Amino acid sequence: MKRFLRAGAFFVLVLLAWHYGALYAVKKGWLSPVLAPDPLSVGQYICGAFRDGSMTTAIWVTFRRLLVGYSLGLVIGLPLGLLTAQFKAFRDTIGLVALGLQTLPSVCWVPLALLWFQQSEKAMFFVVIMGSLWSVLIATETGVRNMPPIYVRAARTMGSRGLHTWIKVILPASLPFLVSGMKQGWAFAWRSLMAAEIYVTILTGDGLGRLLHYGRELLAMDQVLGVMIVIVLIGLMADKILFAPCERFLHRRWGLI
Amino acid sequence: MIASNSVQAELQNVQPVKLVVEQVSKKFRSGGRHSHDVQALQNINLQVDEGEYVCLVGRSGCGKTTLLNVIAGLEKPDSGRILVDGKPVTEPGRDRMVMFQEAALFPWLDVLSNVLFGLRLKPNLTEADRIEVANFYLKMIGLEKFRHSNIHELSGGMKQRVALARALAPNPRVLLMDEPFGALDALTREQLYGDIQDIWLRRRKTIVFVTHNVREAVCLGDRVLVFSPNPGRIVEEYRIDLPRPRDINSVSLAEYSVAITRCLKGYGEDREVAE
Repeated sequence: MKRFLRAGAFFVLVLLAWHYGALYAVKKGWLSPVLAPDPLSVGQYICGAFRDGSMTTAIWVTFRRLLVGYSLGLVIGLPLGLLTAQFKAFRDTIGLVALGLQTLPSVCWVPLALLWFQQSEKAMFFVVIMGSLWSVLIATETGVRNMPPIYVRAARTMGSRGLHTWIKVILPASLPFLVSGMKQGWAFAWRSLMAAEIYVTILTGDGLGRLLHYGRELLAMDQVLGVMIVIVLIGLMADKILFAPCERFLHRRWGLI
Repeated sequence: MIASNSVQAELQNVQPVKLVVEQVSKKFRSGGRHSHDVQALQNINLQVDEGEYVCLVGRSGCGKTTLLNVIAGLEKPDSGRILVDGKPVTEPGRDRMVMFQEAALFPWLDVLSNVLFGLRLKPNLTEADRIEVANFYLKMIGLEKFRHSNIHELSGGMKQRVALARALAPNPRVLLMDEPFGALDALTREQLYGDIQDIWLRRRKTIVFVTHNVREAVCLGDRVLVFSPNPGRIVEEYRIDLPRPRDINSVSLAEYSVAITRCLKGYGEDREVAE
């Protein structure tokens, strides 16, 4: 309760500082009134955008791209990571490629995606997949290779073999690495998708990044700030809903800090 | 609650089994530029009778753990073979359960699920049966109250007791123990000597127990075999004719351990330097 009040008080202070800061900047002539909206008008924009549906549509479009792209990234990255950990042939080939491509900022995939898939959803899926795939792959490989081999030996004496060992021992044993890799993959995917949406028009739908871009074109600072706030909130929610439970589980079971 | 027939059958102690090690040799290639072979095991012959408790003592690196792994089926010998009840060992099996130096419990499972792991791989049991069997062993080791604890919340001694329950749960005929008490403090260890003797008397298993602690070996074993390193071989055998349960601090036990320690020193590395 005390923490809640403290956080609340802090945000009220931030809003007040923003409000008076904006007023002051306009009065001094540092910013035109158009470029310094007060918090209330930004709030009004957000409410309005939700009411007329433009925000909900944009959130849904962006969210779908993330969900599909990220899931595919996991579905491809996880088994590839397992193979890379298990077989030298994969490590010397796919593993090397993954290591290299992980250093490539994923927004660099956008031009290629546009040329291949034109301005379609597929292009966005592709960018998100390329953003998340490599981190997931590398984290899976690291997790499996850092697993104490005694777990597998113990499981083998109890009669575990093949697929059972992979699913019941090797995967759960590398869970701490998997979760951090999935989190990193998510972060890369989210960032690259926003960048792509801002600088490319996708004909099949306008995401949050596009809404942000229109805000700039229309000189609507309340829209720019409003969309930014929504993007931050979505990022926070993803962390709290998707990853926080996993991390709590790890903390409870493993006793990890 | 009346236990179902399958649980009754499952909890019935199986007949312990005769274990034969025949002419087993194994070499390891040590890495590095000046690689040379280490003869971990050389022509090991050993017979462990049904329900016998045999301890292997020796310095670290003398090959005793390798022998245990070969018996477990986790490693293949270069030559020779292991016979369990007359059948050669080719791979790990539930008839030979292993207790490792580190507890090797799975941190992603709670205590009960760890004990259930081996049971869940046994067909012909319902889930309810398995839980009943697991609880039986948890009670035996005195940790039934901790069945839903996480592994990291247990002390070292508790972890080894859970590992013992996990090894006993699939009802193996041979128990292979690799310095299971090595990492524990002396007091916890002494308590576990009592527990393990008690459990062994109640659930007769053929046990091969590896340790470098001579007193521990004398306290627990019917027979103590002395291992000498490089090449790894059995050099001496002592039959321990002391009544059970034995107390590690008793004087009669000390007489044996003095003799065995002297023997061990004779085959130590200092002797090799002298040669």
